[in-house]
Amino acid sequence: MRDPVLSISDLTVDLPKGGDRPHAVERLSLEIGAGEIVCIVGESGSGKSITSFATMALLPKALKVSSGSILFEGRDILKMSEREHARLRGHRMAMIFQEPMTALNPCYTVGDQIEEVFRSHTDFPASERKTRTLALLEEVRMPDPPRIYASYPHQLSGGQRQRVVIAMALALDPPLLIADEPTTALDVTTQAQILAMFRELRQTRGAGIMLVTHDFDVVAEVADKVVVMRKGRVVEQGTAEEVLNHPQHPYTRQLIDAVPRRRGEKTERPSKRASVLSVEKLEKTYLVPTRFGRPARQVAALKPASFELRQGETLGIVGESGSGKSTLVRAMLRLIEPTGGKVVIDGRDVTQASRAELRAIRRHIQIVFQDPYGSLNPRRTIGDQLIEGPVNFGVSSAEAMRKARELVRIVRLEEDVLHRYPNQFSGGQRQRLCIARALMVEPRILVADEAVSALDVSVQKEVLKLLAEIRDRMGLSMLFITHDLRVAAEVSDHVIVMSQGEIVERGPIDRVFADPQHSYTRQLLAAMPGQGWEVPDISTLAPAAINGGTP
Amino acid sequence: MTVVTEAARQSPKRQMFDRALRHRGLLFSSSILLAIVLIAIFAPLIAPYDPYKQSLVARLKPPVWLGGSWAHPFGTDALGRDLLSRLVFGARVSLLIGVVSASVSAVIGTVLGISAGFFGGGVDRFVQYLINVRLAMPVILVALASVSLLGGSMMVVIMVLGLLLWDRFAVVLRAATMQVRSMEYIAAAEMLGARRRRIVWKDVLPNVMNHLIVILTLEMAHAIILEAALSFLGLGVQPPTPSWGLMLSEGKEMLLFDSWLIMIPGVALFVLVFAINMFGDGIRDVTAPEGRN
Amino acid sequence: MFRYLLGRLGMALLVALTVSIISFALIYMSGDPAVALAGDNATPAVIAEIRAHYGYDRPLPVQYVDWLFHALRGDFGVSPYFKLQVSTLIAERLKITMTLGMLGISFAILVGVPMGVLAAMRPNSLIDRIALFIAVVGQAIPSFWFGLILIVAFAVKLGWLPASGADDWKGFVLPTIVLGYYATPAIMRLTRTGMLEVLSADYIRTARAKGVKPRAILFKHALRNAIITVVSLAAVQVGFMLGGSVVTESVFALHGAGYLAWQSISRNDLPTVQALILVFSLFYIFFTFLSDVLNAWLDPRLRG
Repeated sequence: MRDPVLSISDLTVDLPKGGDRPHAVERLSLEIGAGEIVCIVGESGSGKSITSFATMALLPKALKVSSGSILFEGRDILKMSEREHARLRGHRMAMIFQEPMTALNPCYTVGDQIEEVFRSHTDFPASERKTRTLALLEEVRMPDPPRIYASYPHQLSGGQRQRVVIAMALALDPPLLIADEPTTALDVTTQAQILAMFRELRQTRGAGIMLVTHDFDVVAEVADKVVVMRKGRVVEQGTAEEVLNHPQHPYTRQLIDAVPRRRGEKTERPSKRASVLSVEKLEKTYLVPTRFGRPARQVAALKPASFELRQGETLGIVGESGSGKSTLVRAMLRLIEPTGGKVVIDGRDVTQASRAELRAIRRHIQIVFQDPYGSLNPRRTIGDQLIEGPVNFGVSSAEAMRKARELVRIVRLEEDVLHRYPNQFSGGQRQRLCIARALMVEPRILVADEAVSALDVSVQKEVLKLLAEIRDRMGLSMLFITHDLRVAAEVSDHVIVMSQGEIVERGPIDRVFADPQHSYTRQLLAAMPGQGWEVPDISTLAPAAINGGTP
Repeated sequence: MTVVTEAARQSPKRQMFDRALRHRGLLFSSSILLAIVLIAIFAPLIAPYDPYKQSLVARLKPPVWLGGSWAHPFGTDALGRDLLSRLVFGARVSLLIGVVSASVSAVIGTVLGISAGFFGGGVDRFVQYLINVRLAMPVILVALASVSLLGGSMMVVIMVLGLLLWDRFAVVLRAATMQVRSMEYIAAAEMLGARRRRIVWKDVLPNVMNHLIVILTLEMAHAIILEAALSFLGLGVQPPTPSWGLMLSEGKEMLLFDSWLIMIPGVALFVLVFAINMFGDGIRDVTAPEGRN
Repeated sequence: MFRYLLGRLGMALLVALTVSIISFALIYMSGDPAVALAGDNATPAVIAEIRAHYGYDRPLPVQYVDWLFHALRGDFGVSPYFKLQVSTLIAERLKITMTLGMLGISFAILVGVPMGVLAAMRPNSLIDRIALFIAVVGQAIPSFWFGLILIVAFAVKLGWLPASGADDWKGFVLPTIVLGYYATPAIMRLTRTGMLEVLSADYIRTARAKGVKPRAILFKHALRNAIITVVSLAAVQVGFMLGGSVVTESVFALHGAGYLAWQSISRNDLPTVQALILVFSLFYIFFTFLSDVLNAWLDPRLRG
């Protein structure tokens, strides 16, 4: 048994006073061996990212390590000076961050920034630096390395920028690589490529890799060992096989149970019901100004799209960023002006409606947005915001308040939330309040625009369950927009798949999953992480062997 | 990386209030401002003499700390007028001009800024054009020329300053409105049937109000200094009004021998403007701690 | 970049045109410019003569176009007070104002930028608090008062520097400080904010993760990005310097364009006033456009 590359013992990181707990990380111990990928998995606030930052000695000043040790190459990182840290970083240990769009300095070229690693730690001559940089760009599968070398970050996509960051990390062949949610901000297809790259790195470079994630499917895809964290503590550790297939701790089980199922569940839904929403050849093109003198370019954000939503049905709209799904929704509701097509709701064409008619039509279709923190006005009470809808349509405040109390209970919150402000609630609670707000005007159609994408996986499960309940109880029809095929699979009856502004596939969810017709759909399905993992049915597992441990 | 602390238990208003009570700069400056406001309001009761009353006999008496008598604690000016009384009544001039001009500018700038930020497109381009024109013109020159042509009086000075100092309001509120506009709760309000006027009133305004208040205090200070500069140059409020700027201009003649004539009104101006600026900074810290600059 | 700059140029020209209209029309604020020019004791005959002489009896648009065309060729007429060509008058005086302006902005940058950088590097420390305090104090001191105090201290009591006039370099020291100190807090604060934003940016963290040395992080990464905002602000401040010169030059009796402005306004020298407002505005527009060019050059994202 070789010595581990990294050995963390009893690490405790303190939070500043006033937090919800005294420690960000409490008595954490883990080991990473060479050629091994260790995944740290947990929800937001679990301390997983902080662990990775502590290892790199990149903790913000407010967080202090109060005890423990981090042994790397025979020395304790926590006892080193800042100068010694700087010598190690980029050279012996490298880090890849979550958000690629802002990870690179906009003022310097990509080549310059990669070479900076060489300049900081070696005295390679310029020619050698350039050769190595170009080789790195090839290794991370960038098209046309010389062009990328001379490009500025703003000229690259998110996926490309993340590859540049990975190239920078690999430059000096560090024995330890740390990746903090490296694929969370990327498309599923890009994610698949980058995860494959990590698996390869295990072999080709023999590096030990610490990968922080919240997604169990990602864990299933790449992990050799798994560390499950919750509120700063490790609740379970073991090999991937052990933790994924025989989870012991109740919290681990809870998390695994919340992983969205990858296949649609069959529920009997009668077909041939009335159409509540009909979209015909809806399109949106933008005019992009080009160089002076030449006519402006036409960019089709949304090519003519048609579909129908039937009473009681849930239609999933799946697509990655840039697929046109958001444009479709906004154009459909006339939050942006479509350039062509028809949208018929309740017999009336939305695209031709006057301002007044639009207001009347809009009460039949309500939307829950993605960002729970931007969807509620921080300076108005919850009650005031809930009654906004009915009051605008002529209902008295008193009556609207009564309805609000009822709806708040339906979304499983207490009545006194009506007097409070949004900042007093968590993300999941806010989303539930947004759902209540949407239901206040008694719409027939509910649009969930990435409504659960920003939530922790266990909270996500709750909200999805709530939505399904409400849909069944109130006979709503739902449009569920998401980039995550697995989530679409859980809630939808039918699904349409979008790519580059057009609908490439449509059909019942089971059929699309079992027998995809379009190459893009096949690509999407193939890219879903963790397909080799048969998610265990928690209810069939033996009772937990851990003592105590309240979830 | 998120360090998740428990969702704050108190309402935003309550949090602001608590922060305000702990902010030393805010507490300090508001007490000074309160004192000055009270002095201005109760000027007739506080001032020992009529600020306009001249006295041949009592000319150029030094203040108490330079050997003068308590009959005129702050001394007298070249026309024998008691400096303390003029100072106290001068506070009225400065405060009145500061408050009214800044309010006029606030209305103009806020309307322009919010319209530009909320409606975008042509409205935005037009407002930006107006802002650029306003910024291109040198305020002091235009103010001087206007006062000279329209005649110097408190009313004219207030109107001229009010019509010139709206640019910061427009710029800041435009940016703040644009940011609010992109929030999803605005789209939600639209979907819930709210008319645009209601959205501006209920959703936009409360969220840009803190910026408005901060700029209001800063422009008040700006107006006060400008009025003093105009009066100093002879083209502001006219004598014998006890404007602190005029007092400085009058005192400039005796600069070399009777320097208290410029020190006293100068210090008064400094204290007032300093307190207002510190107050504005304090409000900014308390209402938007991230925006601290 | 080309497209971006063309847009800015268009706006600049439009603003310049508007400003010219306003400068021209300003003299009509009092009603009849001929009356203002004639002075208090003029008879109607004199006023009529003046009106005819200056062409104030023609329709307004005609007057404006005529004035504009002459202005474009540098001809602003003759100053009734100084009895000289207005353009000659202004050209002469501008030398002093430009010198003062350049010195003033240099002072503000040399003092403000380092203070702002230091304050940002150690937020909420003693240095930061001192810097912010100096900024608040600086912005509260009226410039004319400050000038008078400096004169009393350095010219009268200590005798090191002259109280007025600009015979040699010594005469510029105090005016530079007075002109510069007012812009210093603004520049310091903006540098500080710019640096704070930049220092908390993700790419700084990436640089640290690469093991880049702290000095390189500061200069190569942080300053390089922060400079973009500072440059645009500095260029704009130069424009404001011109306005501030009115007060400063008057206090120190420097014969620059600012002092000229005050003199002409006090004496109802309308042609000179019109010309000065136009010239000062044009300088501001020029400097703002210059800052746009600098921005485009420094920020690759604007280069398209």
